[in-house]
Amino acid sequence: MQKYDFPDAQGHFGQFGGIYMAETLIPAVDELRRQYLHFRDDPDFKAEFAHELKHYVGRPSPIYHAKRLSEHLGGAQIYLKREDLNHTGAHKINNAIGQALLAKRMGKKRVIAETGAGMHGVATATVAARFGMECVVYMGAEDVQRQAPNVFRMKLLGATVVPVESGSRTLKDACNEAIRDWVTNCDNTFYIFGTAAGPHPYPMMVRDFQCVIGNEAKVQMPDMIGRQPDVVIACVGGGSNAIGMFYPYISEESVQLIGVEAGGHGIASGQHAAPLTANAKIGVLHGNKVYLMQDEDGQIIETHSISAGLDYPGVGPEHCLLKDIHRAQYVAINDDEAIGGFDALCRFEGIIPALESSHALAHAMKIAPTMGKEQAILVNLSGRGDKDMNTVARIKGITL
Amino acid sequence: MSRIQTVFDQLKQQGRKALIPFITAGDPNPQLTVPLMHALVEGGADLIELGVPFSDPMADGPTIQRASERALAHKVRLRDVLEMVAEFRKSDTNTPVVLMGYGNPIEAMGWDKFSERCAEVGVDGVLTVDFPPEESSEAFSQLTKHQLDPIFLLAPTSAQERVEAVVKAARGFIYYVSLRGVTGAANLDLVDVAGKVAAIRGQTSLPVGVGFGVRDAATAKAVAAIADAVVVGSRTVQEIENSGEQNAVANVKKLIAELRAAIDS
Ligand SMILES: Cc1ncc(COP(=O)(O)O)c(C=O)c1O
Repeated sequence: MQKYDFPDAQGHFGQFGGIYMAETLIPAVDELRRQYLHFRDDPDFKAEFAHELKHYVGRPSPIYHAKRLSEHLGGAQIYLKREDLNHTGAHKINNAIGQALLAKRMGKKRVIAETGAGMHGVATATVAARFGMECVVYMGAEDVQRQAPNVFRMKLLGATVVPVESGSRTLKDACNEAIRDWVTNCDNTFYIFGTAAGPHPYPMMVRDFQCVIGNEAKVQMPDMIGRQPDVVIACVGGGSNAIGMFYPYISEESVQLIGVEAGGHGIASGQHAAPLTANAKIGVLHGNKVYLMQDEDGQIIETHSISAGLDYPGVGPEHCLLKDIHRAQYVAINDDEAIGGFDALCRFEGIIPALESSHALAHAMKIAPTMGKEQAILVNLSGRGDKDMNTVARIKGITL
Repeated sequence: MSRIQTVFDQLKQQGRKALIPFITAGDPNPQLTVPLMHALVEGGADLIELGVPFSDPMADGPTIQRASERALAHKVRLRDVLEMVAEFRKSDTNTPVVLMGYGNPIEAMGWDKFSERCAEVGVDGVLTVDFPPEESSEAFSQLTKHQLDPIFLLAPTSAQERVEAVVKAARGFIYYVSLRGVTGAANLDLVDVAGKVAAIRGQTSLPVGVGFGVRDAATAKAVAAIADAVVVGSRTVQEIENSGEQNAVANVKKLIAELRAAIDS
């Protein structure tokens, strides 16, 4: 493989990415890029980030051998990278801390965020409390309903949660509203963006902050099994937990990378959130050019997924590139398959996973039986499932 | 000479300033768009900004968002907007029309096909809010190939070097966004705007229009005193929203006439 070195100076990952923003925000993203490029190599910044990850987040997160589940499936050994054990219960905190440290150095006293499942909102509210910043979180009104426990957590942490009533009332509309806030308040406000998408430098910066996942795994796996896994699997909403896991593995060509999108009611139904798997056309939304779910007239279409964190019509630009160059492969897992993964992990391992992560797990369960017992699959268990109790109960016809 | 340049040249000779209202194509319904465009001209508009509805209007405040939603409820597509311009051109060959919107519907159609069709139906300029000059190389080459003006925004946040770069890419006129925020946001700071417009004028001979916070006749008059054109977006759309389908055309014409009188006074 040729040397992999993306993005370019303008934030392009091949034909993807870039900076597609209204003029008012161009100086803000420019400044962000300059500051990030400066601080990312600053020894103080790096030391503080490492310190926070260790003492506040609780890193490194362990890798756990899901023995009973693997035995039950009768094929490859399944290993879980336990991002669910992080403080606040998901990988989102890695990025939120990185961006908050940058905000602090840039003198911004107010942070804003969009959130789908609420995990990024909780992570942002948490770091805002930790560093004494004002925090406003935009959340689609539908997600406010289905992720009620997380809304309460954010409020407990002192954040203001703004339900967004426009459009499909989910993650993409929360993004629109956060961008509107930023355009109005960019002088004093830092936008802590939650996934590896958006205008440059976000896809690069979020990737860099999340790479701690893959970097740890690359050390932990050889310690556990004497080698790297055969397959690495992660769920893909915007793609931050997946790119954090994949990026350090890109150069390890023997390791197969599989991103799992939300198949919703099935690709054929059109009701899903799987732009890569469904071969969506390239388009522009939220500051970057990516594969994007849209109708033939370029209007963004409403997506569907059981998991709010994957319910997004686009995907980060680096995943678009990894798909095109065939370094990673992307598949979809339907709502009911994801519930199957969720149940299995609860019952076989005593771990309640997030519905997002359950998608990755469900795909591992699909392919493990087709592989040899000596083979290894590493699943990024991006978050824990406490926030999904209401959703899962409803699906099972139970009133809490 | 382009229609846009012709209009600005004429106004300059007359010592007048341009009034540029914005409406969203298809709002409140597709049948009313062409009559509304004519009403704008009858009221005294010099140039029309026609919004192309988009599902995710990130740079717009609630008023223009709702206009987009009403238009999309009628399934108004980019190609329908182009047909509306064709219809308008049957009886108005002088008033420049600038399409304003977001890049994705154009990307979906393809810049080549879009630009060709714009030229055929009589569009004069195109402003794509989320495509800054850096990402507009294809847009720029296709638009200019068909003698269309790529129009770009400048903002209060744009530093001097940024102004230089943007005016280089711009044609037709410069659209100065008068405040930090979305369309229809709070009041603009006239002193601030005057300083910025002067700075832009130092870099380009293109006319400078000011928009995003002009809500009444007094502000329109004040902005006209410091810029070459006054853009009135949310206020026009609000008039349509408040009027209902019955009265929209008459009320919009009246509003524009009031603004015209204030600007010329
Ligand atoms: C636990 C968990 N996993 C995954 C995601 C999806 O985001 P991303 O694709 O950026 O990792 C979310 C988003 O909310 C999440 O909460």
